[in-house]
Parts: sequence; C-alpha cells; structure tokens
Amino acid sequence: MSSQSATSQAGVVPPKRRRRVGRHDLAPWLFIAPGAIIFGVYVVIPIFQSFWLSLFEWDGITVDKEFVGLANYQQLFEDEQFWTSLRNNVYWLVFFLLGPVGGVAIAVFLNQQVRGMRLVKSLFFFPFVLSQVVIGLVFSWFYDPEHGLLNAVLGIFGVPPFAPLSDPNMVTFAIIAAGLWPQVSYCMILYLAGLTAVDPEQIEAGRLDGAKGFRMFWHIIMPQLRPATFIAVVITVVGALRSFDLVQVMTDGGPYGSSSILAFFMFQQSITNFRMGYGAAIAVVLFLIMSVFIAFFLWRMIRTEEH
Amino acid sequence: MFPAPIDKASPPKRYLYYVAVVVALVAWLLPLLAVLLTSIRSAEDLNMGNYWGWPKEWKFSNYIEIFQATPLLRYLINSVVITIPAVFLAIALATLGGYALAKFKFRGNLLMFCIFVGGNFVPFQILMVPVRTMTLRFGLLDTYWALILFHLAFQTGFCTLFMRNFISTLPNALIESARVEGVGEFKIFWHIIVPLLRPALAALAVLLFTFVWNDYFWALVLVQSDTVKPITTGIASLRGQWLASWQLISAGSIVAALPPVAMFFILQRQFIAGLTLGAVK
Repeated sequence: MSSQSATSQAGVVPPKRRRRVGRHDLAPWLFIAPGAIIFGVYVVIPIFQSFWLSLFEWDGITVDKEFVGLANYQQLFEDEQFWTSLRNNVYWLVFFLLGPVGGVAIAVFLNQQVRGMRLVKSLFFFPFVLSQVVIGLVFSWFYDPEHGLLNAVLGIFGVPPFAPLSDPNMVTFAIIAAGLWPQVSYCMILYLAGLTAVDPEQIEAGRLDGAKGFRMFWHIIMPQLRPATFIAVVITVVGALRSFDLVQVMTDGGPYGSSSILAFFMFQQSITNFRMGYGAAIAVVLFLIMSVFIAFFLWRMIRTEEH
Repeated sequence: MFPAPIDKASPPKRYLYYVAVVVALVAWLLPLLAVLLTSIRSAEDLNMGNYWGWPKEWKFSNYIEIFQATPLLRYLINSVVITIPAVFLAIALATLGGYALAKFKFRGNLLMFCIFVGGNFVPFQILMVPVRTMTLRFGLLDTYWALILFHLAFQTGFCTLFMRNFISTLPNALIESARVEGVGEFKIFWHIIVPLLRPALAALAVLLFTFVWNDYFWALVLVQSDTVKPITTGIASLRGQWLASWQLISAGSIVAALPPVAMFFILQRQFIAGLTLGAVK
C-alpha cells in the first residue's frame, strides 16, 4: 500500500503526477458511496432519529408529535414492565453464555476422524440454519404440557407433568433453552474450526509434561482457541440482546408479561399500543446497553488490526 | 490433535464412544424429531391422544393438505422474491465498498469501517420506528420493496466487513502493476479483483440467504398482506388460525425450514467457511 501513502501528501508531489493523485483520492469514495449511502439512510440516520423521537409523544399516525422532553424516560423507569423486561434481558445475557460453553464441549466431543463424523457434525449444526419462528414452534410443541414430548419423556422417569411456558417463574428459562439450541450449534462450529488449527507440538509437549484430560484442555487447548472464544462470546451477547422472535412466537410476552424482554416490550408499545415515542425511549435504553459491547468489540478489532 | 484420536483407543472404549455419539445426536434432535413425527400423523390419532405411540396410519398427505388449504406456496414464493434481490444487491454494494476499505488509504477509512461494523450490531428496535415511517412515506409499506431495501441496506454492513477482510488478503502487487500500466480503477476492480473473490462470494451468498430468509422481525413490522408476507410471518399467522391442527402446523414448519436446510447441506463447505472466518487465526 506504499503507493497510496505517498498520495496523502497531495500538495508536495510534482505536477506531473497530480492527475493520478486526484484520481486515487476520488476512487475509494466512488467505490464506497452506494453502500455507504443506503447504509446511512437505513441504519445510521434512524439511530439518531430514534433518540430524537424518544422525546416526543406520538401515535405514529397523526402528523403532530407532542414534545414531552424526558417524560418518556421518567415514565419508563416507573414502569414495572420495564424492570421485568430488563431483568429478563439480564437472564438472557447470563444464561446465553452457556452457548459457548456447550459449543466447546460438543466440539471437543465430536473432534474425531471417524467415518460418518462429517454427517454427525452437520446434524449437530443444522438447527442454526432454522428460522427462529420454526424453532419457536418446535419448542412450543415440545414443551406442551399435554401433548409435548418433553413431558412424555420425563414421565417415564416419574416426573409429574408441568407447563414450562405457562409458569411465570419458568417461562423465560424455557425460552432461553430454546434459544440456546441453535446458539450452541453455532458456537460448536466456531470451535470445531478453531480445533483444527491447534498446534500439535504444544499438545505433544503438554503430554510429555503429564497434562491430561481437563488440565490439558484448560491450560493448553483453551488459550489457543481464544479467537474462536472471542467471536462466540460477541455473537452470543449480541444474540441475547437481540432476541425477540422466540418470545413473540412462543409466549407473546406472557403469561402476564412475565417473559417480556426489552426488544419485545418496545415492539409491543410501538406497534400494539401506538406509543412510538415511548417505544423509541425503550429502544434507546436497549441501544445504550448494546453500545457498551459494540464499543468493546470495535476497540478490540482496531487493536488487532494495528498489529 | 485434541482430544486423543478415538481409533487408537481400546475397542470397548471405541464402541462406547460410538454409542455416546448416537445417543447425544438423538437427544439433540429430539424436539425436531417430535415435530417430524407429528407432521405425518392423522387428526384422529391426535384427537385420541395417541401422540407418541405408533401412528395408526402414516399421513404424508398432511404435506399436500397444507399447500391446498393455506397460502403456504404464496409465502414461499414471496420469500424467494424478497431474498434473492436483497442478497444479490447487498453483496454487490459490499464488494465495491469492501474493496475501497481494503485497498485504498484515505481519510475516514477506519471510521467508515467502524460504522459498517458497529451498525451491523445495533438492536433492530432502535431502527424500527424511523424505518417504518420512512417506508410508509416512500409508499412502500406492505410491498416487496419494503423488505428488499431494508435487508439490502442492513446486510451491506456485515458484507462489507466480510469482503474487506477477504480482499485485504489479496496481494497489493496485482493492483499496483495494473496501475503502472495505466489501467482504470474500475477496470482493475472488475477484471482483477472480482474474479479472485469467487470463493468469498459463494460463502457470503449462502450465509446471507439464510439470514434474510429467516428474518421475522422486519417482516412483522413492514408487511402484512398474504400476497407479500414471507414464509416466517406466514407460518406464524397460520399457527394462529389452525391452533388445533398440530399435524398441519408441523408439516408447515418443516416446509418452511426446508429451503435454508437444503441450501446448507448442498453448500456446506462454503457455508462453514463463511461462518468461521476469523475463528481460526
């Protein structure tokens, strides 16, 4: 890239090269413009618009919006449903991290060169390509207290029938479990890719030092899987904060709002209750929580770029 | 290799491993097997409470009935009409942008890159009201274009990140020598860079197809008519109407899941290559 770094000192290059310099300066912008414009219109600008909108009371239909300052936020912090949703978001964040844990466990379990293993890995992985709607339907059926396979199987072991999706104390965890299914698959595939790149010499050295089983895994393998872990954790955190589909499909936030999360609460307020300003305020809170993780991710990415 | 290769273990250990793999696999796919079994059951079976016993008759006709009794086929076509152009256009824009970010040094390069990457992670809800209002103002609410435009715009973020990282690995010498010979910038891109991107483009296309096909949230927010609805919101609304007919809903769910699953099994290598980019080094 040395030829371009010279062009940044446009003022001092000899006149003969000036035409080429101008062309180089414009070219990247022409290449990037179409993507940047449409991304700006649909993603970047709406973020600011939502911040602005959160200061208004608006039903989404009438032309007039009423400026209410921070009243939406004030109301939000007194809204019990907001705190329920936020608490459930924390549950999602914490328990979704079982995704990478389960992923690495299955990856290690399946990392063998046996005939037919490729198919087995694919079968473990493919829940990831199912849509969340299908997963929601599959698990609604699976959890069904009368007809579901879960109760049928647990019944064999003498567990009395129960309804995970109708119990306010259980419902969020039941949905998270459904969400973990494709998430574990995804993390597994990241770790399987990571395991192929593990340095065999380090394993040999570890064996000579008497490291075995879990000690070997923890001290020699895991450090080498760090890039996979980083991506798995980032994707899992984003996935946890973004989850919406499963809640909407499986319980519609119920029973009595007990399985609501911020993303769903926002949708409900804006689309069902026509409170766009209030919805925007909820979205802003969710965005700010996410920003912490986005900032961390960008910071790490830039740091590794510089190396 | 870690863990130690199982084929070097003693035979009993080896067989134990095979059994464990099969048991784990069945347990893992149990919820899906339940749906698969239900989808070929008769209504009588379900009414009689025969959920998990041997079915009285195998009713593969459930799969025909779901197509005849519901607009499922329409939903599938809608999904195709929305997904294909969105994937194609997002990749086209991102290849152009990714090239600029990978091979040109210009002021704002890093900032642009961060915006694309960061934007890609924002929660959808922060975009929802403005995007919906804008779509309404364009007169596109409840049309294919509402979803095509949004998906193409949003996915451009992820795709640009992907293409930029891939193009960065191509040698600069190729571009520089072409420049010395006076080849125009766009010609360099089109004739030298793009032909080298084939594996990356394939991987990205498969991934993106799955992402867009499986979208539920935006379909819920931007379209509502049966004539436009994709399969995701389609199957969800069928479930509302056919609450008691689990055998049909199961069959519908299987149909809805089939295209991305088929895509995955056919183009597995590309799919996994795309997904695990960056997980290794």
